[in-house]
Amino acid sequence: MINKKILGLEDPLKKRLLWAVIGLFIVLLLNLLISPEFFEVSLQEGGKLRGNLINILNNGARVCILAVGMTLVYATGGIDLSVGSVMAVSGGMAALIIRPGYLAGLPVTDPQPPLIIIILLPLLIAAVLGLINGLLVAVVKVQPIIATLIMMYSARGLAVLMVKGQTPTYYGVPFTKIGTGYFAGLPIPVWIGFAIFLLTFLMAKRTAVGVFIEAIGENKTASRYVGIRTTLVVVATYVFCAVCAGIAGLIHVSGESSTSPYNTGLLIELDAIAAVIIGGTMWGGRFTLTGSIIGALIIQSLTTTVYFQRWPYEYSLVFKAIVIVFVALIQSDVFRLKFRQIMKLKK
Amino acid sequence: MHNNPLNRMKNFKVTVNNIPILTTILIFLIMYTAASLIFPGFFSLYNFVNIFKATAYIGIIAVGMTFVIISGGIDLSVGSVVAFTSIFIAKMTSVYMMPSWISMLICLAIGIIMGFIVGCLISYFELPPFLVTLVMMFLMRGMAYIVHSGTLSIQQDPFISFMKKTGIKIGNGNLSLYVLIFFIVLFIGVVLSKFTKFGRTVYAIGGNEKSAVMMGLPVKSSKVLIYTMSGFLSALGGIVFTIHLASGKPHNALGLELDVIASVVIGGTLLTGGSGYVIGSFFGVLIYGLVFKLPSYISSFREWWAQILVGLLVLGFILIQTYITSNSAKLTRKQKI
Repeated sequence: MINKKILGLEDPLKKRLLWAVIGLFIVLLLNLLISPEFFEVSLQEGGKLRGNLINILNNGARVCILAVGMTLVYATGGIDLSVGSVMAVSGGMAALIIRPGYLAGLPVTDPQPPLIIIILLPLLIAAVLGLINGLLVAVVKVQPIIATLIMMYSARGLAVLMVKGQTPTYYGVPFTKIGTGYFAGLPIPVWIGFAIFLLTFLMAKRTAVGVFIEAIGENKTASRYVGIRTTLVVVATYVFCAVCAGIAGLIHVSGESSTSPYNTGLLIELDAIAAVIIGGTMWGGRFTLTGSIIGALIIQSLTTTVYFQRWPYEYSLVFKAIVIVFVALIQSDVFRLKFRQIMKLKK
Repeated sequence: MHNNPLNRMKNFKVTVNNIPILTTILIFLIMYTAASLIFPGFFSLYNFVNIFKATAYIGIIAVGMTFVIISGGIDLSVGSVVAFTSIFIAKMTSVYMMPSWISMLICLAIGIIMGFIVGCLISYFELPPFLVTLVMMFLMRGMAYIVHSGTLSIQQDPFISFMKKTGIKIGNGNLSLYVLIFFIVLFIGVVLSKFTKFGRTVYAIGGNEKSAVMMGLPVKSSKVLIYTMSGFLSALGGIVFTIHLASGKPHNALGLELDVIASVVIGGTLLTGGSGYVIGSFFGVLIYGLVFKLPSYISSFREWWAQILVGLLVLGFILIQTYITSNSAKLTRKQKI
């Protein structure tokens, strides 16, 4: 009992966080058993670390960033299915700024527009899409799943129309450093992901915003009576989630040096939602950003494993689906109750 | 005598309940007339029949989705089930040379089992419907890729060509057999929702699940049945889709969920559950078919324009519905006072 207290396990949220950490270890352990070379990390010239673990961090950065935004939305009792499409829109916008003449067959403009514009304009568009989501959910009172489903397809359509269904390429421009560059031995996306997590974590823990979000998720009406501006907070979470998606989109297209409107962020919603659920955040209620990050790393480890074993990518969809159902069941009170009853009956 | 359908027809009144579906029918008529006037050659039996042919599979799935949405749930897995069905049948017929009707039966069984599992998870373990069906969406999509990762076309299968070629001649169009499947499913759906205990239970669950439980209605088993039905109809829709295209690929029907939900919502079914008509989804599907057909007259990239257009249309309908329901709530409150 004492041990439980030290670890803070009376708190159900901490308990679920522990489950997530155990999950991550299990996934990595399975990899260790199948192929120990999975863990090789080498230091290359220029102080660049390379290896599967670094790959998990590097590719997982996008899912981590999405998961951070999704956590807040999920905690208010909502969901955002549009993140993948918003990624594509923000990537498409970046492509339009970097190489406006692509459709006419013109090369990359020289000199390039300032990096700050290439980054801020797409994020602005993403924020607008998030604002539409938020207004639909909080003001018009459309169910979040439907509002963001509409956005998911409309934004995908928008992304395709922006670049007329082409795949603009822009090799060698400074913008691509964001997705491929290194800083202090680690890829830049890892640092971006870490920074966003840290900022959001501080915002949630050091200001009242975190409590507001949890309160709204638990009981919206009560929160309004207490004096929380529920509409504003809910809209803000959707905008924040979309901006996170925008950042993830920029990292993605920057790493690829091209924008494919069809493939950017395709099916990544599941990764983000899965990360949040595995992390232990409740749908409407208490949330844990740390858990979501661990969840994202679990998901990315699964994907990287599938790649490393040279299985087709689509296999990972099946693995992820199974993992989510399993975790959702463990978290479900009804399931645990029934499980206990069955165990008692056996005794 | 009150329940006599004829009597009901005579007592027909415009009420809050049927405004959405009446709006739908009106919008369909306006759109169809406008399109016929603007685009020469649009108004033809051939085109009209083709709308049915292209949307029959959406209609079949929409019938199942209507029940799900009336009960207050959602089913996001339908598109992936269609994709899985199409590639499974294509692989079985063209690679393993299995008669297509056998693989179709297997698909229907898979659809039923999948729907049953979804229903049990939602009903007995109280997991949120969107989560379970979202997971199923990805699971079935993954399975579709595992079956085969490229496009497979089906050549010379007697059953499929029979279904395609036989049909009722209407003008210069040919209403194929598989469109009739849609009408049969629609008829059964209407009867099921209007004249059976199960149908009334579905409405009761959507209206207020707790009161439905207190009334002693079989809520849990009905919910399982609703999702099982939706799984079955998704597989059936997938089969019709496969017959229509005579090919399969795993990234087929990406985003079909929205199309189906759109049709149901346009048909006047409230997303909050408890209110709606199966027959409304029929008109919803027709409008959807029209929306998808129109952009081909305007620009290339029609699919993507249509995608945005459908999104806006659904949004418009949701706004109308929200307005109507909030107004009716005010009205009843006034009457009480």
